Amino acid sequence: MFNRVQKILIPVISVILGLIIGAIVMIISGFNPLEGYSALLKGAVGDSFYLGETIRQITPYIFAGLAVAFAFRTGLFNIGVEGQLLVGWIASVWVGLAFDLPKVIHLPMSILAGAAAGALWAFVPGILKARFRVHEVIVTIMMNYIALHLVNHLVRYVISDQQNTTERVPETASLKSPFLETLTEFSTMHFGIFLALAGAIIFWLILEKTTAGFELRSVGFNQHASEYAGMNVNRNIVFSMVISGAFAGLGGAMEGLGTFGYAFIHSAFSGVGFDGIAVALLGGNVAIGVVLAAALFGILKQGALIMPIESGVPTELVEIVIAIIIFFVASSYIIAYVLQRFKKGAK
Amino acid sequence: MKKRKFGLALSMFLAAGTILGACGSDDADTSDSGEGGNSGEESGGDFTVSMVTDVGGVDDKSFNQSAWEGLVAFGDENGLKEGTDGYNYFQSASDADYVTNINTAVRNDFDLVFGIGFLLQEAIEQVAAQQTDTNFAIVDSVGKGDNVASITFKEHEGSFLVGVAAGLQTKTDKIGFVGGVESDLINKFAAGFKAGVEAVNPDAVVDIKFAGSFGDAARGQQMAAAMYGAGNDIIYHAAGGTGNGVFTEAKNLKKQDPEREVYVIGVDRDQAEEGALSADGKDYNVTLTSMVKRVDVAVQDISKRAMDGDFPGGEVIEYGIEEEGISIAETQDNLSQEILDEVADYEQKILDGEIEVPSTLE
Repeated sequence: MFNRVQKILIPVISVILGLIIGAIVMIISGFNPLEGYSALLKGAVGDSFYLGETIRQITPYIFAGLAVAFAFRTGLFNIGVEGQLLVGWIASVWVGLAFDLPKVIHLPMSILAGAAAGALWAFVPGILKARFRVHEVIVTIMMNYIALHLVNHLVRYVISDQQNTTERVPETASLKSPFLETLTEFSTMHFGIFLALAGAIIFWLILEKTTAGFELRSVGFNQHASEYAGMNVNRNIVFSMVISGAFAGLGGAMEGLGTFGYAFIHSAFSGVGFDGIAVALLGGNVAIGVVLAAALFGILKQGALIMPIESGVPTELVEIVIAIIIFFVASSYIIAYVLQRFKKGAK
Repeated sequence: MKKRKFGLALSMFLAAGTILGACGSDDADTSDSGEGGNSGEESGGDFTVSMVTDVGGVDDKSFNQSAWEGLVAFGDENGLKEGTDGYNYFQSASDADYVTNINTAVRNDFDLVFGIGFLLQEAIEQVAAQQTDTNFAIVDSVGKGDNVASITFKEHEGSFLVGVAAGLQTKTDKIGFVGGVESDLINKFAAGFKAGVEAVNPDAVVDIKFAGSFGDAARGQQMAAAMYGAGNDIIYHAAGGTGNGVFTEAKNLKKQDPEREVYVIGVDRDQAEEGALSADGKDYNVTLTSMVKRVDVAVQDISKRAMDGDFPGGEVIEYGIEEEGISIAETQDNLSQEILDEVADYEQKILDGEIEVPSTLE
């Protein structure tokens, strides 16, 4: 329905509208929007420390966005990224703590454990969907809660001795980088961002350059036509969920091995997985779009922390801006319609 | 034709939006002057202090709020202004923000940075090791480092006192406990409470359950419904926002049957206002009493000591009944004089060291 230019224009216009309406809200509540936004920008990219924190924030958003987008391209709605991320987190930390190996083996093994755990967690809704047509949205939402409480139990009773956090993973399994940390004045930036970008490239390669990816997309467009063409729809559904879960699990591994370096009892969901839905939507479910949308989210979320102290604008305002952006992306038809009117008017 | 009409409607809508937006900015001018008066930039001294909240935020009606009230009181007392050259707070939206916020506070040259809640322990330790020129304090946990002061409370003592009240008040000899997330901290509440009940009413059974969350009011309500249904007539909650659901359920039951005796024991603050309701034209309150934890007292105390150059770095400071960090709530309308006397009796015994209240569940 929409052409290529519109696909790019709609998110961009949505972001601009979101920022404008955010500015109006700031004016109404008695703040200077210019000050507010410059504080936000300063807090996100103003100096190397903030930049490091922003990049760290972007990393899990990329993985969560890729996870949602991958399933979506096959016509599946993976709401369970949050849970898959949590099990990926705990699995990577567990492997990080349980073994004593040289870094070249230990680190990849811990990361892959995270991916495998996430994949396993997404396999369950995948197989239920393929075999019994149980709707994946319901199952993935339920699996989120199972993941949350299972992970809390593992942290408290299995991995640690009734502690609230696990031990820190040893250096051989850590993504932390003293070099990047000194470069960014003790920010929590770690190597994960490079893996995230690599993940985006792999995402693109699988979907656009392989036969398997062609089949996945085909199932997403029309299940019946794909089946008629001789594709195994059920196998593709399971495959898509597994890859999606692996991306989510990797996101968890980035938090577990990089940002924190340990796992802890979560009193609530981290929210990264749910934000991933918004990132994928804003990014149009393509790799480069997800990376850009994740960057935007990272900048907004990180800048929001600094905004109150620099300009007095409360952090909640950023939530409003994000909500408005998502609203406009979701109702992209309105923007497409207006664009069409403008084009006709020009002629 | 139809399309054109829609286009017209859309442009009118957008125009209306612009006009309304302009109206809004008029209002803003008036409110702006009020706002500006608050954030004056004059500094009252060269000591600055800030706190980093956990995900609850400063309006959580619980210990984050209490801590912030303590900082505000400290600021007022010493002529400090809110802002980067006085006192301030940093709100965390997720667990990943703790290190960032603490570092940001350090970078804004605050002399003392509080981490509110045991969730911030690792983050405080990590930053404290890197930023040795700044003083840190962690509430509800014990942190390593010479520049870290650890603030803990003897919650078990206060829980013991409300346990005494519950043990004397109960008619069914069944009492519930709803904890947030199972942890050493919440176990202190449970252990003290159980000991208090058993001290005055050995027949009573305390049913200890955990919600697995501090922010899930629906779960709290569900658990309370099950507990009241099983014959428990008093529930002590140590579950933050989850506990709000316990209050909701108790108030619902009281509304249906004002004769029924159901009570909630509040935590952290005097939660009497949470339990107020009216049924059949009469006012009731389901809050039996509350276990008050004065985070504000602790925050004020540590800030004062830091300002006076007496910062207790590397020390663990325990606030209990003796230090006025723990007490039973001031609102005591639901407790009879006999029970209050008994509670006062036990309070004295704890102060005299006659009773050693356990802090762990065995």
